[in-house]
Amino acid sequence: MKHQAKSIIWSDYQKTIPADGFYYLRSCIRQNFFPGSERAFLQIMQNDLGKDVFDDPKHTTCTGIAYHSDLLPFETLQTVVARQFALMSEAGYRNLAVSCVTSFGIYSEVLETWKEFPDEMEKARTYLRKATGRELAIPENVAHCSDIFYHFRNEIAARLQYPLINGETGQPLKIVEHIGCHYAKMFPGKGVGGAEFSCVLSGMIEAWGGEVVDYPERRHCCGFGFRQYLIMANRGYSVSNSKKKFESMEPYRPDAIICNCPGCTMFLDKWQYTIGELEGKTYGGEGRGIPVLTYEELAGLALGYDPWDLGLQMHQVDCEPLLQKMGIKYNPGLKYRGLKGEDLGKPVIPNCFNRAVHSF
Amino acid sequence: MSKPKKVITIGGGVAGTEVSSLLAELGYDVTLIEKNSQTGGKLNGWSHLFPTGRPAAQVAEFLQHKVQRNSFKTICQTDVSQVVFGNGSFLVKTSGDERLPADAVVISTGFDIFDATRKEEYGYSVYENVITSVDLENRLKAGAPITTAAGNKPCRIAFIHCVGSRDEKCGNHHCSKVCCVTGVKQATELAKQLPQAEIFCFYMDLRMFGLPYESMYREAQEKYNIQFIRGRLSEAAENADGTLQIKAEDTLSGRPLKMQVDLVVLLVGMVPGKNTAHMADLFELQREPNGFLQTEDPHLFKNRSSRKGVFLAGTCTGPMTVDETLDHARSAALDIHHYLQNK
Repeated sequence: MKHQAKSIIWSDYQKTIPADGFYYLRSCIRQNFFPGSERAFLQIMQNDLGKDVFDDPKHTTCTGIAYHSDLLPFETLQTVVARQFALMSEAGYRNLAVSCVTSFGIYSEVLETWKEFPDEMEKARTYLRKATGRELAIPENVAHCSDIFYHFRNEIAARLQYPLINGETGQPLKIVEHIGCHYAKMFPGKGVGGAEFSCVLSGMIEAWGGEVVDYPERRHCCGFGFRQYLIMANRGYSVSNSKKKFESMEPYRPDAIICNCPGCTMFLDKWQYTIGELEGKTYGGEGRGIPVLTYEELAGLALGYDPWDLGLQMHQVDCEPLLQKMGIKYNPGLKYRGLKGEDLGKPVIPNCFNRAVHSF
Repeated sequence: MSKPKKVITIGGGVAGTEVSSLLAELGYDVTLIEKNSQTGGKLNGWSHLFPTGRPAAQVAEFLQHKVQRNSFKTICQTDVSQVVFGNGSFLVKTSGDERLPADAVVISTGFDIFDATRKEEYGYSVYENVITSVDLENRLKAGAPITTAAGNKPCRIAFIHCVGSRDEKCGNHHCSKVCCVTGVKQATELAKQLPQAEIFCFYMDLRMFGLPYESMYREAQEKYNIQFIRGRLSEAAENADGTLQIKAEDTLSGRPLKMQVDLVVLLVGMVPGKNTAHMADLFELQREPNGFLQTEDPHLFKNRSSRKGVFLAGTCTGPMTVDETLDHARSAALDIHHYLQNK
C-alpha cells in the first residue's frame, strides 16, 4: 500500500475547522452507552486546550433516529434543526461542534437542502417562528467533534502522558479506526480526508503514537443501520455486518477499535458479546474481545484521565487489557464505585468471554 | 504560381499526423505543433491493436513514414499561447514566441485518459496491484511478464469496465466506446500469457459495436474461458498479503459478490483533453456538454467546428478507435482542401 498516495487524496478533502468558539450539540444516546465521552470532550477542550465550548441545556435531540426510521416528517426535522441553529445564534456562537455522526449528517443534509431548495429554508424559518418565536440563523461552520480533535491532534499529542505504545513491546498499538457512515459517505467533502480514505481518526492515532490497521472491510458499515437494529427481526442482519468486520480485522490482531459515531461504538462493542454468546467466538485473543473506544475516551486515556471517570467500566468488552498495554496506572478496585465511593455492583461476566483473563 | 496556402495543425497524434501528411501531399504549407517531444500521441504506448492484434508500432511506423515522405514543418514541445483572428485567416502564437499565419487551422488535440484516482473506492495509486488498462498496455508493449507488485504470477485477475465512463458521479455521462473491446483484447492477451490464471471481466453492458468485436468476445469466453460478470465494482480493498478483495453485485444472479484477486485492471475511458479545452477557449469554439468539441453538423460536417476555417480531426470530438481516427483525419483533409480551394 502506498501511503503517500493517500495523502494526495486527503489534500482534496480538507475542511475548515475553527480554532475556538463552539456551540456544543450533544448526542441523544452517547450519554447512556459511553457516559464519559462527552464530558471528556468538554474537559479536554476547556481545561487542557483552553477553548470556549458552550454546553447549552436548552438544545434537544436532532431527531435523526426518528427521521431515519421514517417516523418523522422532513419538515419537522428541519424545524428542530432550525431551532438548534437559533439557540446557537442566541448564545452568541457561529460554529457548531456536533457530538454525533448521525446529527452531523442531519445538519449537513438540512443545510445542503436549504442551499439547493431555498423555499424549504423559508418554510422552516416560518415554522420555527410560529412554533417558538425564534429566528433562524445559519451556522458559519459545522464540525463534528472528531474533526475538532483532529484539528488539535498535535496540541493533544504535546500533552500526552500515555502515548499509544505497547509498554511491554515498545511497539505502536495497532488500532482499527471506524468512521460512521453518515460522517462522510453522504457528503465526502464534509469529512476530513473524504469518504474512502477518511483520515479524521487515523490522523489522531498516528499523531498519538499508534499504528492504524487497514483491513479489507475497513469501509464496511458497523451494522448499526437504523432499520436493521430498530426492528428486532432484522437484528441478525446487523450482527452479520459487524461480524464481517471482526472476521476481517482479526488476522491483524488489533489492540483496540476507535469510532467517531455513537451507534458504531455501541454495536462494535456490544455485538462482540452477542457473537460470543451465539457462536462462542471472540476476536481479541485469549478469550477476550477487542476493546472499543470513542476517540474522546482514547484521548482521555492518553492524556492521563482516570479510566473509570471516562466511563470505561460501562463497556461490554473489558478495556483493562488495553490499559495494561498502555501502562496506565489505575485502581481496579474503583472500577465499580460511584462518585461517592459507593458500590455500584458488578456485572455478571458473560460466559462467552474467558473468565480467567478478566479481573472482576 | 501563387504561394501555397498555409495550414496549422495543433496536436500531433494519429489524427494530427495523418491530416498534416495528406494536406502536405496535396501541396499545402503545413505546420504541425505538438506539445510533447515527439509525434504519434498515445499510439506510441499501445502494444497491439484490436481487432487484428497487429502491433501498434506498425501503424505508428506507417504514419511516421508518411510524415517523412511529405516533409512538413513540425514544432515539438510547443503549446499554442494565443490566436489572433484576421479576415478569414489566423495568426497563431506559440509558447516558443513564434508567430505563424494560417489560412486554416486543424485542432487534433486528442483525448486524455480518465484519471483513475478519482474513483477513490477502487484504490488506484494506493493499492499496488490495482493498475489501469493503460498501465497494462504499456507493460505489454515493453514485453515484460505480467506480474503482481511482489513479482508473482497473478492467479486471478479482474478487469473492471467503464471506469470513469457512463458515470454520473464523475460527471462523465458519455460511453468511451473503445474500452469494452480493449478489455476483451487485454483479457485475451493475459489469458494467452497466463493460461493458468482465472480472468473475470466486470461489466454493465458490453458494447461490441465493430463487426469483428462480437467474435472476439465470443472467443474470449469459449476459447480462453474468460468469465464475464454483469455488475459494477463497488469497492476494492487490500488484504494483508497484498491481494485484493473486490465487491460487486452480480446483477444477472441478483446476488452480492465478494472475490479475492491478485490483480485488478481498471478499464479507463477517454475524456476530453485539457489541451482541447484550452483550444476551445483560444479559438472560441463550442463544446458538447460532455466537453468534447462540437462539430458544425453531427451528420454532414463532422470535421467543421463552430468557427469558419477551424477544422476538427480525431478524438477531440469524441471517443474513437485508431481506425476511426484515421478515417476522421482523412475526411478532415478533404474538407479543408475543398475549403481552401474555394476560399
